[in-house]
Amino acid sequence: MAENERTGAQVIVDAIEQQGVKYVFGIPGGVAIPIYDALVGRPIKLILTRHEQGATHMADGFARASGKPGVVIVTSGPGATNTITGLFTAHMDSVPIIVITGQAKTENLGMDAFQEADVYGISMPVVKHSFLVKDIVDLPRVLRESFHLCQTGRPGPVLIDVPVDIANSRIRTALDEPLQLPGYAVPGPGDPAEIARAARLLARARKPVLLVGHGVVVSGAEGAVRALAEKLRIPVVNTLLGKGGFPETHELSLGMLGMHGTAYANKAVSECDLIMSIGSRWDDRITGRIPDFCPGAVKIHVDIDPAEMNKVFPVDCSIVGDARLVIEALLREVREGDTQSWVAKVARWKRQYPLRFHRGGGLKAQAVIQTLYELTRGQAIVVTDVGQHQMWTAQFYRISERFQWLSSGGAGTMGYGFPAAIGAQFARPDRQVVAVVGDGGFQMTMYELATAAIHKLPVKVIVMNNRYLGMVRQWQNMFYSNRLSGVDLVGSPDFVRLARSFGVRAFRIRRTADIRRVLTQALEYNDGPCLIDAVVEKEDNVFPMIPAGASLGEMLLEPPKSAARKAPAGAQAQAAANPGGGPRGNPANGGAS
Amino acid sequence: MSNTQAPGASIKKHTISLYVHNKPGVLNRTALVFARRGFNIDSIVASPGHDPSFTHMNIVATGDERTLEQILKQLNKLIDVVHAVEHTGEGAIERELALTKLHCPVDKRTEIMEISHTFKGRILDLTENTITIQVTGTSEKLDAFESLVNKYGVLEMVRTGKVLITRGEEIT
Repeated sequence: MAENERTGAQVIVDAIEQQGVKYVFGIPGGVAIPIYDALVGRPIKLILTRHEQGATHMADGFARASGKPGVVIVTSGPGATNTITGLFTAHMDSVPIIVITGQAKTENLGMDAFQEADVYGISMPVVKHSFLVKDIVDLPRVLRESFHLCQTGRPGPVLIDVPVDIANSRIRTALDEPLQLPGYAVPGPGDPAEIARAARLLARARKPVLLVGHGVVVSGAEGAVRALAEKLRIPVVNTLLGKGGFPETHELSLGMLGMHGTAYANKAVSECDLIMSIGSRWDDRITGRIPDFCPGAVKIHVDIDPAEMNKVFPVDCSIVGDARLVIEALLREVREGDTQSWVAKVARWKRQYPLRFHRGGGLKAQAVIQTLYELTRGQAIVVTDVGQHQMWTAQFYRISERFQWLSSGGAGTMGYGFPAAIGAQFARPDRQVVAVVGDGGFQMTMYELATAAIHKLPVKVIVMNNRYLGMVRQWQNMFYSNRLSGVDLVGSPDFVRLARSFGVRAFRIRRTADIRRVLTQALEYNDGPCLIDAVVEKEDNVFPMIPAGASLGEMLLEPPKSAARKAPAGAQAQAAANPGGGPRGNPANGGAS
Repeated sequence: MSNTQAPGASIKKHTISLYVHNKPGVLNRTALVFARRGFNIDSIVASPGHDPSFTHMNIVATGDERTLEQILKQLNKLIDVVHAVEHTGEGAIERELALTKLHCPVDKRTEIMEISHTFKGRILDLTENTITIQVTGTSEKLDAFESLVNKYGVLEMVRTGKVLITRGEEIT
């Protein structure tokens, strides 16, 4: 090879290295071999996973726990299509990952060649951007553009499809070609006139609320948001992904709002006279029925994505920009208003309607999470899967810092939690990482126990094992007369023995009295991964709950009295199925497990 | 609430012009923005710009106003789209070209040629039984021509779709 000459595969690895990436996740295959070959002897550590979905979730977890892009390298065909769920998950939650897929050689494109899938086309709706590299000359620039695109503005996944002949061909290169992105601009500090207007609206408000979303975490605006809340004395609610944007232990924090949010967060939002969303997109899981959401309240929307403005409903003041820069600018403009009686009222709700659960009966997932919170002093990096355990963890594990909470929000991807926790542990080796998952979701990606075991990662996975797809069962119980359909997870493995077969330490919690002792043991074990099988009560439901399509005011604090635990018959069933009388949405939107 | 058929929504034809980076896949990405929101694309014209690394696209699509706003934002969000703008007519010059092949027996020839003349049409082909006419103008003019010649028997009509350019110094 002539001097300065590099193969396409080497160019790829050079670029990844130059970006300071320490780990890549993936599985090789025929056309990815050149890239895997170029990884040999490099400082980048290759993490071989058991499935490409696991690899993408690991990269996603790595990115969410560190704020740096996660990188995946897989082969063509099924290797590439297996990354789609991970791309979608990252896309919905604005997570910077780069997926590099091997591809059949250029002349075989469109020929139905072996393992040739049009992943460039298949992935289009679930990526921020994608490239199919057909000329080696473009490759260095495409790589630089990908790293730029995935991290700037509203972050998101980027896919690069690299035919094997491109990976093998040679180029004389220096990685300094300028970016060619004439259609891409990154919003900056926001319009000063709109910021001044927001300041005036805030000064007039008597019952304001700040709504903190994922954008606060992404942009690192948590300091500015806290300063704003404290200066103006404004109560703060956060979304599921906004956990970490404002300390949930703060006296002004009302915790999570929405479908399974706290009663006081939802009450505050229902009664406020001004709501300012910072880096949230008014998702249907937090607004409930739109016409009833904050009726009459002034709405201010801060978001880096102009397409989010007026998407769900028209707002009174919209500021397109980076959350941190916007709030810092706003802080210089704002004057204190009078919120004293409002803050007192909200504090009263907080005392009046605390999160609680019935401690009688069998083992409660909530009790396990509460103890986990105490034993880790709220300092663990917590990763969840999707379903009931996710909502309970969101309720009972209060998060106080950025990058400490990882959960699949927009996509609601079951199987996300455990591999994402592995990625998070790679990103933050100094921190305790705990995955809280359900028995349903865990079984979708549990083979990654091998990946965790090989690298002796001290990641902990707590399986909230209720032998049901619990969230769907809850909906069937509450809105379908308890006609259970497709939710009984009979045939699941013995998770303790399963873990041990991977060489993973395993524990089991059967009784409430065991929680503290077993969790302490598990948390003290750091020589490798460990699994805790928490055999929780089968039929517990998550409360508070706002039924899908209902308004925040129709929140159910506890199981409706009329709803029998077992299926009542006929007309009675109808009545039980429709508590609160509000309109009901399509439960197909619901999570599972 | 981003349903395309919200109650009271007004379903209209919209003309959108895009200036895009000439990259493979840009047409797919553009089309996906419309398809996902249930907008039907009536016509689409894409042609190289004065600078060949860019492409002009003109899209006529039918759907409601509220969804249109979101579509424009999503188009502008695409990495390869430099800008996407809706044009309401007054500020822009619009043209379309139609080739129409009519059934045309000898006894109707003069009549048809007179209509063609009125529309400043050009006869491109004439046979014993057919005549092919090229008409250019606004889409409305082409519609009017079509409705007038319909009775003679339209064998085929091929339209280019609308192209437009803004007046004066404003950039399309």
